[in-house]
Amino acid sequence: MMKKRNKNIINLFYVPALILFSVFVIYPFIEGIRISFTNWNGYSQNYTYVGVKNYIQLFQDKNVRTALINTLIYGVGSTFLQNVIGLLYAVFLDSKFRGRMLVRTIIYLPVMIAPLVMGYIMYFLVQYDNGAINDILAVFGRQPVDWMNNGSRAVIIMTLINSLQFVGISMVIYMAGLQGIPGVYYEAAAIDGVSGFQAFRSITLPLLTPAITSAVVINLIGGLKLFDIIMALTMGGPGYSSHSLSTLITNQYFRAQNAGYSAAMGIGTFLLIMFISNVTMRYFDKKEVYS
Amino acid sequence: MKKKTSAWKYLLSALIILIHAIPLYILIGVAFKSKMDMSSRWILPGYIWWDNFKNALFRGDMLLALKNSFIITAGSVLLITLLGALAAFPLARHTSRLNNGVRGLIMGVMMVPPLSILVPLYSNLAHVGGLSTYWGIIGVLTAFQLPMSIFLFTNFIKSIPTGLDEAAAIDGCGPFRTFALIILPQLKPVIASVVILTGVNCWNDYQFSLYLLQSPKFKTITLAISSFFSLQSSDINAAGAAALMGITPVVVFFLFLQKYFIKGMVDSAIK
Repeated sequence: MMKKRNKNIINLFYVPALILFSVFVIYPFIEGIRISFTNWNGYSQNYTYVGVKNYIQLFQDKNVRTALINTLIYGVGSTFLQNVIGLLYAVFLDSKFRGRMLVRTIIYLPVMIAPLVMGYIMYFLVQYDNGAINDILAVFGRQPVDWMNNGSRAVIIMTLINSLQFVGISMVIYMAGLQGIPGVYYEAAAIDGVSGFQAFRSITLPLLTPAITSAVVINLIGGLKLFDIIMALTMGGPGYSSHSLSTLITNQYFRAQNAGYSAAMGIGTFLLIMFISNVTMRYFDKKEVYS
Repeated sequence: MKKKTSAWKYLLSALIILIHAIPLYILIGVAFKSKMDMSSRWILPGYIWWDNFKNALFRGDMLLALKNSFIITAGSVLLITLLGALAAFPLARHTSRLNNGVRGLIMGVMMVPPLSILVPLYSNLAHVGGLSTYWGIIGVLTAFQLPMSIFLFTNFIKSIPTGLDEAAAIDGCGPFRTFALIILPQLKPVIASVVILTGVNCWNDYQFSLYLLQSPKFKTITLAISSFFSLQSSDINAAGAAALMGITPVVVFFLFLQKYFIKGMVDSAIK
């Protein structure tokens, strides 16, 4: 009797957290769905319900299409780079040599820096006048390049910046994963004459699947939400060519005063990220092996 | 033979360090140089131009921003840790359909991209006077960081044997005293992870602060740095000094507590 009562009392412990979620996430989310069916401009008292008009517009809007493609490049491109390079770094640092922890520290350090500030630091490199990269070009007698003045080039550069900054996350996840693989597997394989790349492919990679899943999902969610670096370097420009969905949402709300449309874009972004991360997790779940 | 392989490793290490240190190297150069110094960004000056730091501190409101960022980060981290540990206790100890549902809901909250609910969040806060207030931004930051905290605490509490809880219950401890006397003292390592992981995220926040803290009185570090870059673009060296000052606290913190940062990161990523 006593036990049962305690069991119910103990559930009270998560009530404060649930209240906070309701106020700051769940209620706004439901409110967002409602606003997405209106033509509200963001400040006026009056607005009307326009049905699914905003959602139809999403599919016709050229800027949304650009932002969607950019978001996928930011997300998938960063994920690919961070995982391939992160895994290579982890394998390299898994071998014992003095000073390897210093290498780990330097690679991981930029994860601490605000992405906005990283964007500004990179401005010193990609700037047209006096930019560090153009200085190198000048040494080779080449003309300076206005790096961020071209939408697709800006998107690629910002994907690289994001990958370089956060590659440390996948690296430490893979380092932990590698340490969890028992050495006897490699010894057994060596007896069978299997070593080197073949051992990596048939022992290391399959046993790393849980680590790969985590690293891929974390990088994917991070890349698809890219916002700060874009605000620091291009503000979505030139024109609308380097916007991500996140920056376009704020642009539509605060600049274009199109709150209903911006809310619809928010719901769409939520569904997209939900869909991509679920598909990814399902895919890796099937591949998981147990040692 | 052995010597040869390690030489190869040191060469590669040096190359990796060189590439990853470029951003900080360039930033330090810019922050130390005078406005008149037109030398290449690759060259470190042989002096430190203190005016850059003075300008950042006084004209860029860096002191006010440091204070605001500190209050917001400390308030958020306190709530994130406290509410996270509390919520994790029942979720780790009792599996019922209700609690599984609650856990699913929390994981769902983790998936919501913050800016996807910007419109209602902003208009709701405007409606209740929560824009440009400490409680508004602390509430939002806490809500978005809390799922990770609950996740870390739940996994950790699950690994604590239930024997102690049961013994305490037999001795007449209610759930509150069991939590405070038995569970809480054992949580130290995971508290360290939660505090530093979510603390850095709050300190570095830009997307929420930019829209929810519009009054200059509530300017945070990231907002101060960004206004420095957009307004005073002629004085890029002072902007660099502001950026350097803004990242120094977290970088120093990281260098001293590196072990906890990396352990926390790995624990939050892998079940």
